[in-house]
Amino acid sequence: MTNLSAKLDVRSYTGFRAITLLCLVILYAPLLVVTIYSFNASQSIAVWEGFSLRWYVDVFTGPESAKFKLAAWNSFVIAIIAATVATAIATLAATGMIRAGKFRFRTLSFGLISLPLMVPEIVTAVATLIFFNAIGVDRGLMTIMLAHIAFCIPFAYLPISARMQGIDESVEQAALDLYATRRQVFTRILLPLMAPGVISGFLLAFIVSLDDFIITNFVKGAGVETLPTAIFGAVKQGIKPNIMAISTMLLGVSVLMVTISYFVSKSDKTT
Amino acid sequence: MAATTQNGSSAVSSTFEKVRTWLLLPSWIVLGALALVPVLLMLVYSFLTKEFRGGIIWEFSLSGYDQFFFNRGLFGDEAPSIEWTYISIFWRSFWQAGAATLLSLAVGFPTAYFIATRPAGSRAIWVFLITIPYWVNLLIRTVSMKFLLRDQGPLNESLMALGMIDSPLQLINTNFAVQIGLFYSYLPFMVLPIYAAVERYDFSLSEAAADLYASKWATLRRVLLPVVKPGVIAGCILVFVPSLGSFLAPDLLGGAKNFMIGSLIEEQFKGNAGNWPFGAAASMILLSIVLIILMLFAHQQSRRENEQAC
Repeated sequence: MTNLSAKLDVRSYTGFRAITLLCLVILYAPLLVVTIYSFNASQSIAVWEGFSLRWYVDVFTGPESAKFKLAAWNSFVIAIIAATVATAIATLAATGMIRAGKFRFRTLSFGLISLPLMVPEIVTAVATLIFFNAIGVDRGLMTIMLAHIAFCIPFAYLPISARMQGIDESVEQAALDLYATRRQVFTRILLPLMAPGVISGFLLAFIVSLDDFIITNFVKGAGVETLPTAIFGAVKQGIKPNIMAISTMLLGVSVLMVTISYFVSKSDKTT
Repeated sequence: MAATTQNGSSAVSSTFEKVRTWLLLPSWIVLGALALVPVLLMLVYSFLTKEFRGGIIWEFSLSGYDQFFFNRGLFGDEAPSIEWTYISIFWRSFWQAGAATLLSLAVGFPTAYFIATRPAGSRAIWVFLITIPYWVNLLIRTVSMKFLLRDQGPLNESLMALGMIDSPLQLINTNFAVQIGLFYSYLPFMVLPIYAAVERYDFSLSEAAADLYASKWATLRRVLLPVVKPGVIAGCILVFVPSLGSFLAPDLLGGAKNFMIGSLIEEQFKGNAGNWPFGAAASMILLSIVLIILMLFAHQQSRRENEQAC
């Protein structure tokens, strides 16, 4: 009987479950392998010689530690500032796009906001390099920061605007009827309601900035490194165990951020 | 997106209507200066003359595009013939991106379908599991793949331990490694739009087909697939477009032989070639191809919406 109903059920197809599990294995296996090998006691990446934290110690105290610490610090500062500025700009833009009625340049404005998502990353990188070169700005941390702010905006904008669309506009009308000023409506009504979207937007922008390699590689000055460019430079010489330890830590940060973002948006739906 | 402002706008004016310009101004300025102007400037640079060692001379020239398409001999004085070097790099990129897209479709479609047919409660967890790897640094994911695929890597070692092969397979520095790398980079992009489409699908259509003695595969192919096609196309575009211009997978997994567009462009700006107008021209050609693909997709989407509205 159950066999018959399974045969007739139009929703399930033989093999689809297996492929889904395969898909998860493909997605996670390389990351797991690198994580496991980051705890390898061996000097060589090829042989497993037992569990050890020596490469994690090496990252913080080894001969290359100063370089990686500086790169990590640069990455972190850039990501915090870029994500904050991008989130602020995206929040204002989302209010202007969604809560300020129809206007003539709406499509154009939306096109501009989504421009960094449509242009291939390598093209954005080249174009930004050309731009800084043409206006004669010396490349360094500042140019990385400006480039990151720009391409983080759409990533912050998407969750914020999605959240804003879910809020009924009548709450603002009600507040206005009760003699709230426009500023009060924004800071006391709209912003608290949008908070989950704003937090998600900030976290996604933060990860996107922290992860970026291509654009950073083009707009950074000589000798200025972020974590991804430092890792890339080291990997070009061959994968070493300390790279796997750094990668695993960075992987942990990304997973943590996304998990927070997921639970922020989830807890919000249940209330 | 468009429907949100319509409800309150006719009688009552929206709360922030008067300050709209001020709200949008920061994004216009930042994205105008750092996204739009740079691309326009790149268009200008693609029509300039190159300087001997990197950089440009402000003098109009078609040499960037000319070098891309035509071969005029070593000293530029021969009769022009078609230059295949760069066209073939573009062609290889299309081929690699296409293969990666098909591979992710083959894995992504069943996965998306399976997730969309799970009970409502567990769907969110499945989707979460699929998206997490996407948020892990692309460089780290590519390095992981390089680590896994290398000659003495875990994959070759386990295949040898199982007795399936005698000597390590040459996996790294092949076209195959690049395809796997691209597939791995963008697989979640294939799953998510298809999942969204299947989740909205009305399964009573499939049940009706089954009642009329359609086989399960016929139902999938001829009833479900036409309905979820926009999701499938969106997934293919989301994998194909970034694959086309990607830099990390070809560079780290493909080695010197398996050059793609991204590496060609990088070489002009960061590498030894130092030919900015040529690099800008190659970037413009890539950008044009991508924008044409996106416009065709948007056109198809809007036509579909019009059909549904009628």
